[in-house]
Amino acid sequence: MTHDQPRPEPPLADPDTDPGYYQLRLYVAGQTVKSLAAMANLRKICEEHLAGHFEVMVIDLVENPQLAAGDQILAIPTLVRRLPTPLKRIIGDLSNTERVLVGLDLRPKDTSR
Amino acid sequence: MSPDATNLGTLPKAPTGIAGLDDVTLGGLPTGRPTLVCGAAGCGKTLLAMTFLVNGATQFNEPGVFMSFEERAADLTANFASLGYNLDGLVAEGKLAIDHVRVERSEIEETGEYDLEGLFVRLGYAVDRIGARRVVLDTIESLFSGFTDPSILRAELRRLFGWIKDRGLTAVITGERGDGQLTRQGLEEYVSDCVIVLDNRVEQQITTRRLRVVKYRGSAHGTNEYPFLIDGQGLSVLPVTSSGLLRPVSNEIIPSGIPGLDAMLRTGGFYRGSSILLSGVAGTGKTTIGSHFVDAACARGERCLCFVFEEGAEEICRNALSIGLDLRKRVESGLLRFEASRPSLFGLEMHLARMHRDLDSFKPDMVVLDPISAFRGPPSEVHATLLRMLDLLKSRGITSLFTSLRTEATEAEGTDHGLSSLMDVWIKLLDIEANGERNRILYLVKSRGMSHSNQVREYRVTDSGIELIEAYIGSEGVLTGTARLTQEARERAAATRRLQEVERRRREIARRRNILERQIEELRANLEVEEEEARKLLTEEEAHETTLSADRAAVAARRGAAE
Repeated sequence: MTHDQPRPEPPLADPDTDPGYYQLRLYVAGQTVKSLAAMANLRKICEEHLAGHFEVMVIDLVENPQLAAGDQILAIPTLVRRLPTPLKRIIGDLSNTERVLVGLDLRPKDTSR
Repeated sequence: MSPDATNLGTLPKAPTGIAGLDDVTLGGLPTGRPTLVCGAAGCGKTLLAMTFLVNGATQFNEPGVFMSFEERAADLTANFASLGYNLDGLVAEGKLAIDHVRVERSEIEETGEYDLEGLFVRLGYAVDRIGARRVVLDTIESLFSGFTDPSILRAELRRLFGWIKDRGLTAVITGERGDGQLTRQGLEEYVSDCVIVLDNRVEQQITTRRLRVVKYRGSAHGTNEYPFLIDGQGLSVLPVTSSGLLRPVSNEIIPSGIPGLDAMLRTGGFYRGSSILLSGVAGTGKTTIGSHFVDAACARGERCLCFVFEEGAEEICRNALSIGLDLRKRVESGLLRFEASRPSLFGLEMHLARMHRDLDSFKPDMVVLDPISAFRGPPSEVHATLLRMLDLLKSRGITSLFTSLRTEATEAEGTDHGLSSLMDVWIKLLDIEANGERNRILYLVKSRGMSHSNQVREYRVTDSGIELIEAYIGSEGVLTGTARLTQEARERAAATRRLQEVERRRREIARRRNILERQIEELRANLEVEEEEARKLLTEEEAHETTLSADRAAVAARRGAAE
């Protein structure tokens, strides 16, 4: 199951030309346990699955509360996939790697979910 | 709003500015606490919530945050523009913030532990930005469709309401009505300070909106279901309560506008603030008599409000013109207003509510309900509605005139919606059919607090108004119409005959007197003639005597000389 839809290592990416480029935003609120876990989990997943094809912006809503409305953030932490479209929201501390990959469309949706 | 620190006995309240709701809640919603407003779809929850915010921003200098989980800000703005609320303007002034929270399940993937801190951040940010004192969450239950784990949501909601209390925000939380409980997700578990239920009931195809304060911790409140209106002026709640019998009374007498009717009362009119019932069968001129009352009141400079249920205002004005009353002029002068509607257009409650609102806005001195018999429904409800209307009018000292159509059926059952005993004055209009014609009579069944005629009066509708005539009561009973005219003619003829007889006698006496006087004249003339003759004889005698004595003296002298 982990080997279906293999991704060949692409050349270094450019968001304008690379259809597989991932633009991600991680919204957290302060340095909470969940936030720290989410950041660590995200780093791991990106390095394993999206090496070179992504950018991550971490937004701390405690510092920038005005940014919460723009991406319709309710749950914390929330990972927003801005690119590729459509926009996706992945909430939680990203500890369930399978779910994260489904959410990022790196795995086909499991019907048993 | 002012947190009334000096008055420790009462809970501080944030007025809603919604007509009636502040009366029902005795001042408004609890300050610094969340209030739950629940009801089925289309009940007016969002409207109530938004009105609370807009009034807060415009009337009480309390900015507010509207967090919408359903409608987008642009839609809200467009919807409320129809009520004259300029939401964009308030937003620009920093008195209102609208945050649309969109929850789309398909876009969300749950991957572990999370909380709703984002909601807190957004709300907190909006509150801080404009210094909000009021918050609306409409409808927070939408969150339950966006997240799979209700236990997290419940924990977070509990935390949210706690947070709202900690921040001292007066909040309105709306919720959809659920089966067997007030809201689908049991929000009443968390928001327990004040719960208001809105309801939109359809009975016999007629919709009535109702509002009820289910609980209000720490405060008394009206407990009934109160009808409320949503119209072009927004939302208004109508606390139509029975005010009991403690009400001011007036000794002022106001004439009815029909001289003959006033003459039947020793006081020459009715007490101001009394209730008058005009009952009669079809075509007895109930509305016409009502028009007289109205015209007379307007002529005194009083304000009149007529609720008419069977005719339009124009029809009544035209018909009144035919008896010489120009009601249109009164309408134009602003003293008279007609509110015409079919009784079936609204439920009874709604009629009452509308009347209540119209009374508040027009502030009339006299109110006419024409006719109350048009109200249909379960008798007990109709009676209760009219009783409350009557109480309402009496409590405000408004003179009221009710007309009621009597049919043979109601006559038999004796049902006037049971109102006749509550009225101060009851004028009964009857028509009598005899001699192939129909005539109208009226009498006063009662008139509280004044002596009044017990006589039946016939009345006619003439070009110059209603005219009362004393009915003829003779051995054959009450005579009206031509029977009365015939009888009157007969009496007139008899009177003329008597008059002629007297005249004849008088002439006879005069004639006799003339004759006698003439005879006296004649006798006196005769007497004078006789007296004249006697006098003449006497004078002649005297002259003769004088001559004789002179002669005798002359003879004697002569004799003496000769001797």
